[in-house]
Amino acid sequence: MNFTPPSIDYFAISPMIVIFAAAVVSVLVEAFAPRSTRRFLQLLLVFGALITSLVLIILNASTRTLTAGGSVAIDGPALLFQGSIVILAILGVGLMAERSIDPVGDAFASRVSALPGSEEERQFTQRGYLQTEVWPLTLFAVLGMLLFVSANDLLLMFVALEVISLPLYLMTGMARRRRLISQEAALKYFLLGVFASAFFLYGAALVYGYSGSINFSEIAQTISSKPSESIILLIGIGMLMVGPLFKIGAVPFHQWVPDVYQGAPTPVVGFMAATVKIAAFGALLRLLYVAFGGVRWDWEPIIWIVASASMILGSILALVQTDIKRLLGYSWIAQAGFILVGLAAASPAGLQSTKFYVISYGFATVGTFAVVSMVRDSNGEATNLAAWAGLGRKSPIVAAALSIFLLGLAGIPLTSGFVSKFLVFVAAVEAGAAWLVIIGVVASLIAAFFYVRVIVIMFFSKPTEQTAVVAVPSAFTTVALAASVAVTVILGVMPQPVLDLLTNADVFIR
Amino acid sequence: MTQIIPAEGIFALLWVLIALPAVGAVILLFGGRRTNSWGPYLAVLTVVGSAVIGVLMLLALMDQPAEQRTVVQNVYDWVFVGSFQASFALQLDQLSMVFVLLITIVGALIHIYSLGYMAHDPDRRKFFGYLNLFVAAMLILVLANNYLLLYVGWEGVGLASYLLIGFWQRKPSAAAAAKKAFIINRVGDVGLSLAIMLIFITFGSITFQDVFGQASEASEGTLTAIGLLLLLAAAGKSAQFPLQAWLLDAMEGPTPVSALIHAATMVTAGVYLIVRSNAIYNAAIWAATAVVVVGLITIFMGAIIGSAKDDIKKSLAGSTMSQIGYMVFAAGLGPIGYIFAIFHLLTHGVYKAGLFLGAGSVMHGMNDTVNMRRYGALKGLMVITFITFMAGYLAIIGIPPFAGFWSKDEIIHAAFERNWIIGAATILAAGITGFYMTRMVAMTFFGKARWEDDAHPHESPPVMTIPLIILAIGSTFLGMALLFWGNIETWLEPVTGYESVPTPLPTAFYIAVTLVVVVIGAVIGWVMYARKEVPIEAPRGNVLTRAARQDLYGDAVNNVLVVQPTYRTAEALTTFDTKAVDGFVGGVTSFVGDLAVRLRRSQTGFVRSYALSMVGGVFIIVLALILVRLS
Repeated sequence: MNFTPPSIDYFAISPMIVIFAAAVVSVLVEAFAPRSTRRFLQLLLVFGALITSLVLIILNASTRTLTAGGSVAIDGPALLFQGSIVILAILGVGLMAERSIDPVGDAFASRVSALPGSEEERQFTQRGYLQTEVWPLTLFAVLGMLLFVSANDLLLMFVALEVISLPLYLMTGMARRRRLISQEAALKYFLLGVFASAFFLYGAALVYGYSGSINFSEIAQTISSKPSESIILLIGIGMLMVGPLFKIGAVPFHQWVPDVYQGAPTPVVGFMAATVKIAAFGALLRLLYVAFGGVRWDWEPIIWIVASASMILGSILALVQTDIKRLLGYSWIAQAGFILVGLAAASPAGLQSTKFYVISYGFATVGTFAVVSMVRDSNGEATNLAAWAGLGRKSPIVAAALSIFLLGLAGIPLTSGFVSKFLVFVAAVEAGAAWLVIIGVVASLIAAFFYVRVIVIMFFSKPTEQTAVVAVPSAFTTVALAASVAVTVILGVMPQPVLDLLTNADVFIR
Repeated sequence: MTQIIPAEGIFALLWVLIALPAVGAVILLFGGRRTNSWGPYLAVLTVVGSAVIGVLMLLALMDQPAEQRTVVQNVYDWVFVGSFQASFALQLDQLSMVFVLLITIVGALIHIYSLGYMAHDPDRRKFFGYLNLFVAAMLILVLANNYLLLYVGWEGVGLASYLLIGFWQRKPSAAAAAKKAFIINRVGDVGLSLAIMLIFITFGSITFQDVFGQASEASEGTLTAIGLLLLLAAAGKSAQFPLQAWLLDAMEGPTPVSALIHAATMVTAGVYLIVRSNAIYNAAIWAATAVVVVGLITIFMGAIIGSAKDDIKKSLAGSTMSQIGYMVFAAGLGPIGYIFAIFHLLTHGVYKAGLFLGAGSVMHGMNDTVNMRRYGALKGLMVITFITFMAGYLAIIGIPPFAGFWSKDEIIHAAFERNWIIGAATILAAGITGFYMTRMVAMTFFGKARWEDDAHPHESPPVMTIPLIILAIGSTFLGMALLFWGNIETWLEPVTGYESVPTPLPTAFYIAVTLVVVVIGAVIGWVMYARKEVPIEAPRGNVLTRAARQDLYGDAVNNVLVVQPTYRTAEALTTFDTKAVDGFVGGVTSFVGDLAVRLRRSQTGFVRSYALSMVGGVFIIVLALILVRLS
């Protein structure tokens, strides 16, 4: 018996190796470093690893290779998504590292294992302990995402999905304040996430049963050679789509979104809303385009249905929300629908617009949650919209920044959101899905209403006694906020350089 | 055939025209308090600068032969994806030119006037920043050489408009009005964005040059669809039926804003859009007919509302709706009307700005009271305001030789060229205009003083009256100047086309009838409101009056047809989304139904229903996949 190990292009996967190594070291730091130096070391490690990884991704810019026995694809789209994920992770980690906003410390419970409201918890808080387990978890999640967008076989994709999910379940439950809501959200997220993963795994098994392979390229070959015998394949595709669609928060796999948005620590929401969406879309694109491109006529209508349901349901439900985080949760569902419109186009233009949309959305989201984390009253974050009345008078700059993000999400011209929405719709119309675009345009009309409602509340209402104050953040949040504003505006005014970049990174390696 | 000439000489400054007010807006809005003292003056200077460049460009354009008056300047490539290409490119031609002059000159006058009007407002700097933002966006709108860039300006003026309507945040009504304007305008924007996509699909391009060149090749059905979508957009921006409801509420904004944005410039953007797209409407007769109908309905709605309102600004707003109705109507008539739509737009822009600023001057002297029942006998105390207001009054009701006479007369005549019924309707509406404007003048300047106790009417300072005087001069002479000296017909013809159909009776006959009807309307107004005592409390009025006071139930209709259903759907969906999932899933098939029962027994709480809906979702997806394959 000869075992030939697959040849591995270590340089191509070095961005992931760096993150993985740092995550492992980070666990060791957690175990052995003295408490006083832990936070510093962890931050050094996290930022160092992310920046190194980003540099390696840039150095890999022209790499186009299948490696590790064909199970990892490093190609244009993969590198593009990896780069965006790492950049957004840097901003998101900045939000998590913030500790000037809350007088007690950062956004995380000082000891997650302590029962909420218990004597133990009170003591930990009193001693001012800061919890640092969140950092290794973050690194593992990022690792999962980088792997998710480059996975080229079903099993690796599943593993990546789990590597993303497990840390995120934990991080969801770590909020310092309103811990019960936070833990409840974590449990819901976990149960439903596991459920979704199970579907994915079952789908993978069915597709393997059909094609005799888990490798995307080989699946595609099988599909092109024996197209008729395929009910098992169809069921398999349907179930496989559940995994990424759940992470995207598309209807009907959306119910966890508002709960998790509301319950999870705000910096974590900012981090994951931006990055997970990119990762999930990256994976979904590769899955559908590379493995199942041959049966595109079968899955396209499904995407149409899911997209229109997400746009309509998300936009309408957001109308009646009174909590800013829940509102943004429903907005995420609607936005998922808009992005899926581009994916449904299944054309080069659709691919490009989808990528542009998801990346620009990521920046607007990080910025939005940076602002949400800064608006506070005596009980911590003031997420009830009533507390936002007149905020524009008290803190015009922060309110103006949030307005830019919201206008971007609403798709007003000269913001990134306008360009992305327009490109997505144009791609879909070209692909012959005009009715989907009509639904999309009407849904974006409804969506504009609730985004503007927040702006109206901030600028056109009188401040009351309930009105929250905006905490002064440290450089971490400030940088994330400023970068998000800059990207949102620049991608609206001069999107062409980024669009060119996307054109160059257009082709999936097969 | 029009030739495009390169942007050289003075035309190289095309982008500066927009950049000046844009930079002004940035400095004022982001400069913070240190710009408080000099910011407003900077704002005025930027707009005056643009106006000067505009005039120089007009002179240069007049030097060119008629077929070489289209300048295109590509500022930079904005969005290029595959076959979709949109440049940030500006186009100056005869049509944009007149708009540039209207926007910058009236804009500059209103900026100057605001120096006085807003002198005591603590947020003066922000106000001027928004005004500058508006001017920049409006210039983008009229100078764009493609529909997508036009859309940028379109949204930009909308944004500035909401910010300015809601400027006085202390009034809750102002915030509500701003929100309403935003939402209704978004409905129009849906039309515009769908139109742009349809244009791109049909023609493979969105630049005016390409689209209009190929317009005759597309099918009439497609062109009708595009025309109707553009009409929806125009109706939203120009407050035309059925999207008219926001304009009356928009009067919550400061009066200079009402003059600049909600009378002279922004609300005419819809007319610009239709006239600009004339190649599409020429080939889509049904869309053009729809434009005529919408215009005609709005002419009457606006006039009726204007006749019943006691709030001087709202009465003027009704009048604006009605006058823009005339323009839209004329634009719908096709090549016999485009030129006169723009002609009326220009004269209206000047005299209506004058009327609004005059109303502002009256309010300024009357402690910001807007109720005309508390005015009266002001003609001796506000002489300049009175005289300038009278110039605007004579212009709007169309008495020769004032500006409105020439332009409205041309529209009425064009209507008769098409059909005597719509012609007669426009004459009748002119009579109503005579009535409500006389009512306004009588209640404000004549009759007995019905002032509030603490009112001390006085003339406004020169910084306000000088713009009034200039606009009054425009109201008097602009019509003649454009017609006889500016040759507006031959000037615009290369862009809009022009044809004339002979009418059965001589032109003088129509003019005479119109004048008689207008005078009858004015006399009725005079008898009812100057000769008789005007009660301070509004009488109950007849059915039409009461309906008109409620904006002809525009809000009620919106509420019943749109707002309530949307919210009820949202609430129902909320219930559905969180609670009723079991039932939904149970109903899909017995298989999932059984599963639902089993899962219901084994779990409690919401996670159960969430998971159930996931199962249902998977089931639907798989089922759909199979159905798609089978079909």
